[in-house]
Amino acid sequence: MADRQIVKELEEKAYQMRVNLITLCGTFEGSVHIGGDLSMTDMMIAWYHYGLHVDPKDIQMPSRDRFVLSKGHGAVGMYIAMALKGFFDFDEILKTYGKLGSAYGMHPCKVNLPGVETSSGSLGHGLPIACGMAYWAKVQEQKHRVVVLLGDGESQEGSNWEAALAAHQYKLGNLVAVVDRNRLQLDDFTENMMSMEPYADKWKAFGWNVVEVDGHDMGALVDAIDNLPPVSSDVPTVMIGNTVKGKGVSFMENNPDWHAGSVSPEDMKKAIDEIEEEYTKRREGEWA
Amino acid sequence: MGVTFNFGEFAASRTICGDTLQEMGTRNEKIYVMTADLMRTCSVKGCKASFPKRFINVGIAEQNMFGMAAGLALEGNIPYITTMATFASMRACEQLRTDICYQNLPVRIVATNAGLTSTGGATHNAMEDMGVLRSMANLTIIVPGDPNIAKDILLATENYPGPVYIRLARGKGEPIVYQPGEVDYQVGKAIETRQGKDAVIIACGVMVSQAVDAANILEKEGMSVAVLDMHTIKPIDEEAVKKAARDTGVILTLEDHYTIGGLGSAVAEVIADGNLDCKFKRMGIPQLFPGFGDGPELYDKYGFGLDGTVDTLRDMIRNS
Repeated sequence: MADRQIVKELEEKAYQMRVNLITLCGTFEGSVHIGGDLSMTDMMIAWYHYGLHVDPKDIQMPSRDRFVLSKGHGAVGMYIAMALKGFFDFDEILKTYGKLGSAYGMHPCKVNLPGVETSSGSLGHGLPIACGMAYWAKVQEQKHRVVVLLGDGESQEGSNWEAALAAHQYKLGNLVAVVDRNRLQLDDFTENMMSMEPYADKWKAFGWNVVEVDGHDMGALVDAIDNLPPVSSDVPTVMIGNTVKGKGVSFMENNPDWHAGSVSPEDMKKAIDEIEEEYTKRREGEWA
Repeated sequence: MGVTFNFGEFAASRTICGDTLQEMGTRNEKIYVMTADLMRTCSVKGCKASFPKRFINVGIAEQNMFGMAAGLALEGNIPYITTMATFASMRACEQLRTDICYQNLPVRIVATNAGLTSTGGATHNAMEDMGVLRSMANLTIIVPGDPNIAKDILLATENYPGPVYIRLARGKGEPIVYQPGEVDYQVGKAIETRQGKDAVIIACGVMVSQAVDAANILEKEGMSVAVLDMHTIKPIDEEAVKKAARDTGVILTLEDHYTIGGLGSAVAEVIADGNLDCKFKRMGIPQLFPGFGDGPELYDKYGFGLDGTVDTLRDMIRNS
């Protein structure tokens, strides 16, 4: 079972990340992919602040775990999770995001922001890139993992399944694909658009080790990370995180209108109040 | 290799490239050789034997191959992708552009069966690969003028910055133009294969030897024609184009590619941008999907074989 104190600290980070996300969404004069940022928040915190062996002071550390954001439109979610870890400065992100000359754009760019492992944004590209990284690490007998975060809608891209075959064929046990299964894509619910179910069975059929987890339950996420097969195993793992798009903000949750958008000052306050209220309740209840 | 080649004889560029990659990969542990079920076609079986862990045959899955190449390059390696030009430039086009060129990664693509050389029909010919790829930032595009130069090119680009696309013909038998070691090869520096005063044929790939043949025929008619082997399509040797225009005032481009988007377009851009005063024509594949046949048969059918080249250039020189 996950250590209670660790979970508590991670939940606090996730709370901060949500407040930062809404703050940026309400400050930036343009659209932010807020729905998916909020659904991936707890998983990003679990990985960057618990699961990944990374050091913000040594971004090229050879033994670091590699993190690939395949759902590149979740860039803000990655920037903020990394900023809370000490990689970047949130105030700088808030001040410059999306502006001319900024390193922080709608989709991550490694050329401008060396702290990220790869540029991304076009969907269906992250898993093949992560396979290449994991293949090299396996050949070199490296001890680190390669973790790639996919969107569930993104799994409609055929290139993912080419890579899923390869990861199994090359026995990439050092590879973990994390799926933000929020059941929504830009236009509609995934199951209305192009049905993904039985989703876990698809990965099983490709020979992957499948773990399903509540993507908002920090204790469960910590347990899932603790129980991963060893890096030296021969089977890649997919960790399907069942999540809610817009998680934590009532008017965004499960609402196809909130793939991306911006919030008014009033809505920003309302959203932050809701996030705070939920967090306070959690703190006073479970941890009292 | 120690083999002597004579002009007009044939050698297999894919064998030369496969052997060269095997040599390179054996001494350089950063090199990975990748293919998508075309190990035999691309003659890279030796790489599998010499460094099996760094030889990756991904099955018939080019998008994954290009993505994996990006991942390998991000870890500091030099991946060589070998597949047919049509799949390299189009099936995995966006992976090449977004995963590789955007991040300026040192991935090398050795593309076979370019132009009309495949004998497989339009699905396996690549008439438009240079047109597709030439607008991609950071990408260097090289077309070896003969099989021996292909080896020099692979060696010269081993540590070249950024991605490189190397466009081979069918690979099973291309005409020899140069002796091994005859040319001091430099990326981006055109080779003056033949000298002449009345006109310049700027050619690339298999068309270099045809250009030399055409120049030899016209010499018997009293015309002096130079041949410039423009092996690097991008970045193109602008100075060489300017010199050709200045020295002769007559430029004909010749390529096994659509006349749109490839060598002819690249030279036309230099002429237009530089306000160069010269007669200019492009020869290559017209806007159609060619039928079946081998390369030389199709070049004749579509008017840019040896006879068509000689006739076109003779008219240009007489009217200049």
